[in-house]
Amino acid sequence: MKARAFAYARPSSLAEAHAAFAGADGDASFISGGQSLVPALAMRLQAPQVLIDLSAIPEMRGVRLDGETLRIGALTRHAETLTEPLIRAHAPLLAAAAPFVAHPAIRNRGTVGGSVALADPASEFPAMMLAMGAEMEISGVDGMRRVAADDFFQDLYQTAIEPGEILVALHVPAAGPRHVCAFDEMARRRGDYAMVGGGILAERDGAVIVNPRIALFSVGPTPVRARNAEAEIAGKALDADTIAAAQRALDADIDPLDDAEIPAAMRRHLARVLLGRLLRKLETCS
Amino acid sequence: MNMMAGTVPLSLTVNGEEVARMVAPRTTLADFLRTDLELTATHVGCEMGACGACLVLLDGVPVHSCLVFAVQAQGQSVETVEGLVASGALAPLQQAFHERNALQCGFCTPGMLVNAHALIARGSVPDREEIRDAISGNYCRCTGYEAIVDAIEAAARKANGEGAE
Repeated sequence: MKARAFAYARPSSLAEAHAAFAGADGDASFISGGQSLVPALAMRLQAPQVLIDLSAIPEMRGVRLDGETLRIGALTRHAETLTEPLIRAHAPLLAAAAPFVAHPAIRNRGTVGGSVALADPASEFPAMMLAMGAEMEISGVDGMRRVAADDFFQDLYQTAIEPGEILVALHVPAAGPRHVCAFDEMARRRGDYAMVGGGILAERDGAVIVNPRIALFSVGPTPVRARNAEAEIAGKALDADTIAAAQRALDADIDPLDDAEIPAAMRRHLARVLLGRLLRKLETCS
Repeated sequence: MNMMAGTVPLSLTVNGEEVARMVAPRTTLADFLRTDLELTATHVGCEMGACGACLVLLDGVPVHSCLVFAVQAQGQSVETVEGLVASGALAPLQQAFHERNALQCGFCTPGMLVNAHALIARGSVPDREEIRDAISGNYCRCTGYEAIVDAIEAAARKANGEGAE
């Protein structure tokens, strides 16, 4: 349970980080908070020649409001999402999800960007990027590019980030007074990976729900937009019939597999129950 | 930026003292504390961030020292259970754990104390649910958690002038 020996680099710019990756012929891992990577190194699931520590790269730090968009530096720690006023005001779904992410000591160290880049299908933050309609700012040797969350999560642990590229920041459309949101998950023990979880961000016009975005996790190899369920509630008030219709529609949105602990049918059932809870508690979130 | 192999220089503050050593980059902060500095109150259980026995304060907040490489703590401040005991910061918690029988083998206790210390340092009396949440990443395999929650609650009340019940 000890990592294989590696060389260590702590670049102070993105250019240096890309040079370090090229210098290792690609046999390198980037580390930010390390709360998933260090166990993977300890178990030797990964054994890179070089570990490139991203913690000293200024562009990856900080949270700021750019007009209608909140830019969240990839190095922002989970714990900061609970306390940072700009996140609480403009990305409240992230703050609502944060208490469910692992345990407090992990949240003190783990980073939002690291979680999103890893794209664990049972993690909270990747799914919330889908629900918030975030864009990922990705740095490569040829410069920056942006990828929408809807195109970012491709398969199990596989994202639009190419080898050697670095997730620099998350750009979240700033939520305002018209927005409502809800987050919840079902886990056997607080801090454990959820059996099923999800978040909703929408606007409310009077009693009517507009532009809903529903994202679920732990229901397949990637976080999932529940587009059929969204269609059932868009433009409607959330009465019991509408919620029931959305729950029925959800079946076509997810395709969970049987696993050793949870049969697919149970996950489908839990997802329906969870969606009902989320829709009943949709409320102003900033 | 240097690409560094072999051992690399590391300087940081541990329990208030400046420390400078050469370390292999793969050395975790937990192993560095225990092996290089002989600070063995930090316990190593699972080495994967699950058991919570290795918690230390890094720049003032609890982290798993098995999930941080020592080189990542360059220039930062580490407080271990040894330091927190020497300063007297843990004395009320130690007393409460003793009175409530909140340990048997004691292996998990350092991690429990670090997390409980950080929780109480927030400055209000946490309810039992908050205490359970705070120590949700700390495994105890002998006493069960009831006495531990009792002890943390008692210490928190005392710290906030409510006195022991």
